[in-house]
Amino acid sequence: MEKKKNKFLSNKVFVIFGILAILICLVAVFAPQICGDVDPTAGNLAEAIMAPSAAHRFGTDKMGRDIFARVVYGSRSSLSGTLILVAVILVVGTILGIISGYFGGWVDAVIMRIADMMIAFPGLVLAIAVAGILGPSMRNAVIAISLVSWPKYARLARSLVMKIRHTDFVAAAQVTGSKTGYMLWKYMLPNTITTLVITAATDIGSMMMELAALSFLGFGAQPPTPEWGKMLNDGRTLIQTAPWTMIYPGLAIFITVVVFNMLGDALRDILDPKTE
Amino acid sequence: MSRKQLASRLLQMVIVLIGISFLTFLLTFISPGDPVRNMYISMGMVPDEEIIAETREAMGLNDPFLTQYFHWLGNCLKGDFGTSFSWNKPVVSLLATRIWPTLKLTLCSLVLMLIIAVPLGVLSAVHKNKFIDFFVRVITFFGVSLPNFWVGLLLILWFAVRLKLLPVVSSGGDLKSLILPSVTLAVAMSAKYTRQVRTAVLEELSSDYVIGARARGVKESKILWGNVFPNSLLPLITMLGLSIGSLLGGTSVVEVIFSYPGMGKLAVDAITTLDYNLVQGFVLWVAIIYMVVNLLVDMSYNYIDPRMRLKR
Repeated sequence: MEKKKNKFLSNKVFVIFGILAILICLVAVFAPQICGDVDPTAGNLAEAIMAPSAAHRFGTDKMGRDIFARVVYGSRSSLSGTLILVAVILVVGTILGIISGYFGGWVDAVIMRIADMMIAFPGLVLAIAVAGILGPSMRNAVIAISLVSWPKYARLARSLVMKIRHTDFVAAAQVTGSKTGYMLWKYMLPNTITTLVITAATDIGSMMMELAALSFLGFGAQPPTPEWGKMLNDGRTLIQTAPWTMIYPGLAIFITVVVFNMLGDALRDILDPKTE
Repeated sequence: MSRKQLASRLLQMVIVLIGISFLTFLLTFISPGDPVRNMYISMGMVPDEEIIAETREAMGLNDPFLTQYFHWLGNCLKGDFGTSFSWNKPVVSLLATRIWPTLKLTLCSLVLMLIIAVPLGVLSAVHKNKFIDFFVRVITFFGVSLPNFWVGLLLILWFAVRLKLLPVVSSGGDLKSLILPSVTLAVAMSAKYTRQVRTAVLEELSSDYVIGARARGVKESKILWGNVFPNSLLPLITMLGLSIGSLLGGTSVVEVIFSYPGMGKLAVDAITTLDYNLVQGFVLWVAIIYMVVNLLVDMSYNYIDPRMRLKR
């Protein structure tokens, strides 16, 4: 354990971007403290569309809401949405993949044919259709993207399980009377989880962008909830008169995605034995 | 690809299409909105319950789910995807008029992407771990982290609003209105593709025949462009086929930003007005295009890779 800890801390990229990622999470947690008594959802039409100034660091939008506060509070829905999304895909994909690889036969055939179907299809198109049809909300956007993204994880988990399925130690465990649940939990899961977590970590950035894209199209977070993709869509109509309404939310997405992408890459370098 | 393989691929395509059609139909079936009510509201009427019930019966919406599904599927096979009530036109003719602008946009951005990504990727691979490589890798890293809708807005801000060089709204079909949307799509894609080109070329460069050629004194440029590059094309073409899929989805975001009259914009509008016939038609059409393109990509291996021809 001591050795592993050193491996993480001696990777400079991981440490730097780990700290930055924690900072972004802290911004989301302490949004009320950062913004003081500025309400991100309260508009003041007398102050609509004001350029950045001392009173409003990032300016105001067409409803007169403070964009700085909205960007800070927006980190809450963007981060929580993305993390829930990645967790759902990771859990669902891993479970289905392990079941598929361990049991084989018709269970495997059914799960994998459904996965093939999802993979043989452009993801965002289906996600847009699903999110739109289920009705626009952050929860449905998460469901829509999960629906089209789990097969990648299921396939990965399945291939990892198949690799060890017919090894001697698995046979030995079965012969000595290990129950199926125990086999899955004690042998199959630990052998797949590292690779899957690495994949999930490197996917956080792109998942965040997909979620923001759905919100941008109006199929994600609903007003007055501050969310970066939605804010960009609001700013789109003001691009000629008030470009700051679209610059700061976009910058927030970009910075967050860069940080999480770097962190994911660093984590892969540390944990993946192939790159060592 | 042998005839047998082709047949099994076609069969697989049919199964996937049936699955996709079932899924989209199921989704519209369980969706919370009432299409009949929306149809009347979009026509500017506020119908009473009796008329709604009558229309539901007439449209067959009270039939059991599977009856409705097979009825709809049968019509689709005959080329009848129903009528879009928000446009009051057949879905087929609507999609047909929008398909060419979207394909034009897709092709333009693909060409642009290749112009950027191939030289950068090769340059980066040849000068591995030198300054150029580092520079290209940093740029591609930022490229993959940029959401394309933000890139689009920034391009509008800079080239259309500030410099006034190009139109803000790309609703016209001319070349000028194609530039910004295709650049937007190309940016994120070329970053991803540059990485792929770099990896593919690096892999080839480390193979034995390259060392052999170098030992025999073959010119480095000849090795690179005569042997290494053609050999690294194969994985790149596979990638290209797959990126068409993400492009077809990605265009809808870009089309909305630029008000570009393509299929994606049509679909997003259809979803917001709960025009389900149009949404189902769009999803099926995109699935068909995507699968046909990938089939063509796989078939093209026959011509690109001599080994495939020998195997037959």
